[in-house]
Amino acid sequence: MSWATLSNIYRLGLKELKSLWADKVLLILICWAFTGAIYTAATGASQELRNAPVAVVDEDQSPLSRRRVGAGDPPDVRPPPPATQAELDQGMDSGRYNFTLIIPANFQHDVQAGRRPDVQLNIDATIMSQAFIGATYIKSIALGEVNEYLTGKRDSAATPIRLSTRVRFNPNLTGVWFGGVMEVINNVTMLTIILVGAAFIREREHGTIEHLLVMPLTPFEIMMAKIWANGLAVLLGASFALIVMVQHVLQVPIAGSVPLFLAAAACYLFAAASIGIFLGTLARSMPQLGLLIILSIIPLLLLSGGVTPRESMPAIVGNIMLGAPTTYFVRLAQGILYRGAGLDVVWRDLLAMTAVGAVFFNIALFRFRKAVTQTQI
Amino acid sequence: MDRAPVARLSGVSQRYGAAVALDAVDIALPAGCMVGLIGPDGVGKSSLLALVSGARQIQQGRVEVLGGDIGERHFRASALPRIAYMPQGLGKNLYPTLSVFENVDFFGRLFGQGKRERAERIAELLASTGLAPFRERPAAKLSGGMKQKLGLCCALIHDPDLLILDEPTTGVDPLSRCQFWELIDSIRARRPGMSVLVATAYMEEAERFDWLAAMDGGRVIGRGTPAELRAQTGQATLDGAFIRLLPEARRQAHRALVIPPRVADGDLPAIEAQGLVQQFGDFTAVDHVSFRIERGEIFGFLGSNGCGKTTTMKMLTGLLPPTAGLARLFGKAVDAGDLETRKQVGYMSQSFSLYGELTVAANLDLHARLFHLPDERRGPRIAELMQRFGLEPYAGQPAAELPLGIRQRLSLAVAVVHEPKLLILDEPTSGVDPVARDQFWALLVELSRQQGVTIFISTHFMNEAERCDRISLMHAGKVLASDTPAGLCAARGEATLEEAFISYLEEATGVSKGSVSHAAEPLPESNAALPVGHSNGAKHPGAFSLRRLLGYAYRESLELRRDPIRLAFALLGSVLLMFVLGFGISLDVEGLRFAALDRDQSPESRAYIQNIAGSRYFIERAPIVDDADLDRRMKNGELALAIDIPANFGRDLRRSHWPEVGVWVDGAMPYRGETVRGYVQGLHLDYVQQIIRDKTGASAGYPVNIVSRYRYNQDFKSIYAMVPAVIPILLIFIPAILMALGVVREKELGSITNLYVTPVTRLEFLLGKQLPYIVVALISFALLVIQSQLMFQVPIKGSLAALCCGAFLYVVATTGFGLLISTFTSTQIAALFGTAILTILPTVSFSGLTTPVAALEGASYWIGQCFPASYFLIVSRGTFTKALGFADLWPQFLALACFIPVLTVLSVLLLRKQEK
Repeated sequence: MSWATLSNIYRLGLKELKSLWADKVLLILICWAFTGAIYTAATGASQELRNAPVAVVDEDQSPLSRRRVGAGDPPDVRPPPPATQAELDQGMDSGRYNFTLIIPANFQHDVQAGRRPDVQLNIDATIMSQAFIGATYIKSIALGEVNEYLTGKRDSAATPIRLSTRVRFNPNLTGVWFGGVMEVINNVTMLTIILVGAAFIREREHGTIEHLLVMPLTPFEIMMAKIWANGLAVLLGASFALIVMVQHVLQVPIAGSVPLFLAAAACYLFAAASIGIFLGTLARSMPQLGLLIILSIIPLLLLSGGVTPRESMPAIVGNIMLGAPTTYFVRLAQGILYRGAGLDVVWRDLLAMTAVGAVFFNIALFRFRKAVTQTQI
Repeated sequence: MDRAPVARLSGVSQRYGAAVALDAVDIALPAGCMVGLIGPDGVGKSSLLALVSGARQIQQGRVEVLGGDIGERHFRASALPRIAYMPQGLGKNLYPTLSVFENVDFFGRLFGQGKRERAERIAELLASTGLAPFRERPAAKLSGGMKQKLGLCCALIHDPDLLILDEPTTGVDPLSRCQFWELIDSIRARRPGMSVLVATAYMEEAERFDWLAAMDGGRVIGRGTPAELRAQTGQATLDGAFIRLLPEARRQAHRALVIPPRVADGDLPAIEAQGLVQQFGDFTAVDHVSFRIERGEIFGFLGSNGCGKTTTMKMLTGLLPPTAGLARLFGKAVDAGDLETRKQVGYMSQSFSLYGELTVAANLDLHARLFHLPDERRGPRIAELMQRFGLEPYAGQPAAELPLGIRQRLSLAVAVVHEPKLLILDEPTSGVDPVARDQFWALLVELSRQQGVTIFISTHFMNEAERCDRISLMHAGKVLASDTPAGLCAARGEATLEEAFISYLEEATGVSKGSVSHAAEPLPESNAALPVGHSNGAKHPGAFSLRRLLGYAYRESLELRRDPIRLAFALLGSVLLMFVLGFGISLDVEGLRFAALDRDQSPESRAYIQNIAGSRYFIERAPIVDDADLDRRMKNGELALAIDIPANFGRDLRRSHWPEVGVWVDGAMPYRGETVRGYVQGLHLDYVQQIIRDKTGASAGYPVNIVSRYRYNQDFKSIYAMVPAVIPILLIFIPAILMALGVVREKELGSITNLYVTPVTRLEFLLGKQLPYIVVALISFALLVIQSQLMFQVPIKGSLAALCCGAFLYVVATTGFGLLISTFTSTQIAALFGTAILTILPTVSFSGLTTPVAALEGASYWIGQCFPASYFLIVSRGTFTKALGFADLWPQFLALACFIPVLTVLSVLLLRKQEK
């Protein structure tokens, strides 16, 4: 690469930054994406159990069954309203209750007599994310209550093997830890593709790209300039989000090396920006680009392993997603940030991600001239 | 003028941000004749016409049209059917994918005409404008002249009393221009009472109008007949008269342009084109064009919009590789990869293509650096250009804020910053006023004559073409003739270049100037069969009309059918996303990798591990060798679970010493971690109970037995839960986006004007546009249901009829939501992302997807209650998995039905019937 090429890339990139600076709407969008959006996503919607509505049908009306009804629950489960059998079905049908507990008549009597009465727990399995976890919680609360009533201890009876479960990387399984970091990754993907794709289409629509192509500049220089300038803006945002929002505001401990993550993010930005330009060469106008972006970002966000663990996907979907850089980035980001993985662990993903990015870059480069001249026809 | 004016403006001012479009204008425009507004772009002509037509809201002052105050709502409603307005821009208020017939037909529907009446009127109009042979051709594929004739047909469909034309002939070839004015004359002959109000930038055209108002800087600077204006200023031409009317300061900058003769030298040609051809699909944009331009020559390309001027220039710059033929610059074949030749070329594209957000100085500096001017040359060169092009006062201003004339000078300065030997300028003076245009030409002449720069320029102004050394006349991709202006006139024996060009065009197209008006002649008689003139007065323009509503619905569905990208997004988008979401969001946690660190290696420890490995959730990996190995394999994400069995585990178990097994769970993804922990604890307990049973023979364990029943989804498969939840998300997301885009597109492309200036009401407009999208959403719903049955095999246990009925109410509400968003967004991109953000978050977080709405708190609770997805989610889940029907779901149906009128009323209130 000659000095002239580097100088052109540098100059065009500076221009790109000035244009970005002049576009206040985009700036506000970037600021929001790396501050407020991170906070809301981390603290707001999560897959944890929260306020799960439980109804209890108490056919026993004994001190023990009432004890269960009025039990001091952990904050995850809402205090259950008493109900009758008829209300219960209707409530579950309309989605008012996710769980119902039916305590049979003579419950207390049977418990004391050691007859192990059946308690029925109905779970609305249409709400997958809560059903299993909620059922586990409710079971352990119910058992704890009964044990305490019988023995004065919440612990269950003596067992021949003790189990000590320890959760690594996120001991309390706090959703905020996960949500905050994943939101940073999602927003990096989304913003990079939108920023670079939109910057490219805007220049096409204004004819400024044509203008550049008539000057002694190559498509390679024009693309690299867009990538480094927009990438830098996103990288700054992501650093801020990670260091200030995630580490300080949300108080999420980061296990691994932040510089290593940011270096990996820079590689990922190259790949995502290449996808952005590639989409920009496919669309002929801004609205078309918008529709294309929506259809490509949603799979990138949902299928890259950030929402659903890769082992739970059908094999074919998982294999297709190996063609997307996001898959590698999510994996290595989780490795670095949660599990403290170092370069020795993540280098393969890093390499694969950059290679995928290079493929998209070259396709976009190949389509560049053709796309530019198509704009006004 | 003794006649009552057709329009009277008093004290009218109009400003947009800092720009003043009209500045206290007082003028009375005479009725029953051709009134012309003359002046360059951006002086307020269009604003004045938009106010008179009722398209735009009056900010200050009073505008009387046809004897009433157009600012008054009721009068405006009754006056609109008597006015026809053709906005600026070729085919701006037409629908490009619709055919000629469909376009006119749509306007007929807007004015409430019945089928028979429309058919007769359209036949007559198309015959008299000569468009009859092109009835089925899409408007986008018409030439500029034909587009304007079509626009005229659409404007005349309802026999208006006042016809308003905003620059109807800009960018149209001279023959079509002549035909257009002849057409107007013949229409006026048939309807002598009709007033015509025209804005134009062509002074030569204005000569034929009855009365003129000259405008500059938002003010009227002269009025009267063309003869009166010339007499007042003592000038021979209107161009001259206009310059005389300009304020003193502006006029002083002007001096008559003198072009010194060129001294020809027999050098190599600067540009040589041989048989250039450019084809786009089956359309030939440039058809065997050849020419040769000498060094230092000013060579002009004259022709209408879309005749191939720009495409030819792009081939010369290397932007477009020619389909056939050869282009040479300075004797070298044009090659896109050749950076050396490009350093000798300066290019100015048709539209302003510098960076509007950069200042004048920054634009010059950027280009100087990109051309690698040495540091010591750069400063002086920029200073020299700023001085020579008069840019110094504007150095610190962003280019986007400059007046058009200054901006064009900056573009030229940028194009010559590297001292090129060849300049390619594509319509550099469109929309620039005559004074600024002459200043611009003075710069060109200086470059050509003093510095020997070759200039290749395209234009549609005749008087500019006359200044070139040589010109080529272009039409429909072909060069008709090429010579000096005088030579061309002489060859055709015509006095002016315009007449010579028309003569060439007549020869090329086989259509003569008079032919159009001849065709129109026999028709006035047949007109008697129609209810004379006033279909407009008979109807009640303000009342609701189903015909207008269906007119919009019909047109929208035609447009949608012809836009493959939007249609694909509408129908395939939801299917694709269903596929992605259905497979992608799986909450089934299984296939988890685990490994054990067995420090005991006893039968008991192996049995314990086997108990876990045997479950369907876990897959065993190679055993862990030591603590470091455990650490490493958890860090790289290989293991979701690690089991650490202590030494002497078997012995302790036999002796009832309560050995402790350590379990490590990967908590990086909390949901997965939580589930893994639950699985392990469950498996552990099972195993322990089994041991107790084996030892004591008695079942042991808990004092109560909790029986779990997973209802509605016994297999607890994620897909059964996902499909009923995804359908409501997709049915709000895509229909709302398409709906919002459908309305905002009209705002962006300009056809929204038809809402402003025709009797169609806001409710008719909105509902008419909504209908096709409801149908599209229902089709996409049907596809989703089919997909859920065939691909995902999720049975519908409840009532299919209830599901369909709920879906219908729901998509009416969600398209209504899109309409609401469209009323306050103005660009398609804002509508797109605005709708995406405003629909996804509430649907995913607040409508009961994971947490029932009843369990939400505060704002989220109320958002959930007021969002249609919350109710349809219950319907969808109920009918798919809970075997419910109408009897169980009526409250949800009621709630969904309530959204429809609320959203519609809000949209009607927020939509403007006039431009601001």
